[in-house]
Amino acid sequence: MRDFSYVRADTLDAARQASALPGAMLLAGGTTLVDLAKCGVAEPDSLVDITHLKGLDAIKVDGNGAMIGALAKMSHVADHADIKSRFPAVSEALWQAASAQLRNMATIGGNLMQRTRCPYFRDPANFPACNKRSPGSGCSAIGGVTRGHAVLGTSDACIATYPGDLATALVAFDAVVHLGERQIAVDDFFLMPGATPDREHAIEPGEMITAISIPASASARRSTYLKIRDRQSYEFAAASAAVGIDFEDDGRTIRDLRVALGGVATKPWRAHAVEAALKGKVLDEDSVRAASLLAVEGAVDHGANHYKIELAPRVVARAILKTGAMA
Amino acid sequence: MTDQTKSTTIPIHLTINGHNHELEVEPRVTLLDALRDRLDLTGTKKGCDQGQCGACTVHVDGQRVLSCLTLAAQVEGREITTIEGLAGEDGTLNAVQAAFLEQDAFQCGYCTPGQIMSAVACIREGHAGSDDEIREYMAGNLCRCGAYPHIVAAVRQAALEVAS
Repeated sequence: MRDFSYVRADTLDAARQASALPGAMLLAGGTTLVDLAKCGVAEPDSLVDITHLKGLDAIKVDGNGAMIGALAKMSHVADHADIKSRFPAVSEALWQAASAQLRNMATIGGNLMQRTRCPYFRDPANFPACNKRSPGSGCSAIGGVTRGHAVLGTSDACIATYPGDLATALVAFDAVVHLGERQIAVDDFFLMPGATPDREHAIEPGEMITAISIPASASARRSTYLKIRDRQSYEFAAASAAVGIDFEDDGRTIRDLRVALGGVATKPWRAHAVEAALKGKVLDEDSVRAASLLAVEGAVDHGANHYKIELAPRVVARAILKTGAMA
Repeated sequence: MTDQTKSTTIPIHLTINGHNHELEVEPRVTLLDALRDRLDLTGTKKGCDQGQCGACTVHVDGQRVLSCLTLAAQVEGREITTIEGLAGEDGTLNAVQAAFLEQDAFQCGYCTPGQIMSAVACIREGHAGSDDEIREYMAGNLCRCGAYPHIVAAVRQAALEVAS
């Protein structure tokens, strides 16, 4: 790991100013950044430690929704009683991610900034070509071992999967990223790779995530996060789905439906087509399975990841049926 | 802004197992390397050094974390507890340490300090209520010998003892 200078910020403004300098990066839980520095992927000149800032770790939940401070730890949000009762998919996405130790370190703001697990991205010594790491250098994954790579939102420049769970739940429930005064929808915060996969987030130098808000909704209250993976715990998703349902008063007709996919796309992936196909319909297994196929409209595989195109609709269908059967 | 430095080392003050330590470290030095290489607290193990195995688990302000992904400079002012700080002053073992011995919850022993630090926190968090919950919340500690059934038994036994 290349050495860097260390700056401990004691005010938000100081953190923003220090992080705007060339070569500077914000350091929160460090679970991504320190790891990537060891891999030789991140090469900061200076780290601006924001973990000693006060007042940015509050979790507030009321009738309007949740406001989660950027420095709240994943574990604390996952275990928060009001998050569990009003946003169960958010709590489930969090406790099914990483490990207990990592969740005690990783912050909510940092979670949104986590990088892909693409093994080519993470190994610059053996795979110099990576458009995400070195713009214009090419993509080592295309034509390589692609079992974990994305099938949705890919480009000729990059097929790296967005690895996170939390943001998948957040995008389903129209959460908002707060960058101080500026607010941006989570869906817009994450960028498609296109020709510039090195640019992953709509955040500018000197900006810092200060909070995430999630509007209250009936569909968020009745929600699930279903994560399918190679081992039962401590693993990234092969495919996952965040689902929320609100029924009409008859208890069977779908008034509102939210569906988002994880583990299969280059960014947290809202499945609007599935939602539109089922809204206003009575929930039954056949229509759910048919509509869930729309989740992978436009999917493109690169060989070994073809299974994701079959797996994702099944995960979506199971998550919708499970959520529909919730008390 | 405090502690800005352009020099290659910075002075830090760490509180580990109730003792104060002053040391000069490069900013890139992890808590794990500071413990093992600078303070001779080698009970905390270096396994993967990439946040994947849990062998380096310690407590910071009572919360279990991975010392391999924690910069030493970051935890200045925090209370750090390592495996060396778990037993009583008179050598009385922590309930989890005793349970690991009774249940034979290890073979080679390399992952054991991390397992025990993780288990102490797991019980304190209230995440040791069933075998399934123990497996889920201990998933961040890998055991290449495969002693998992005995580890679950030890955590279960210690959780019952702590509760009683």
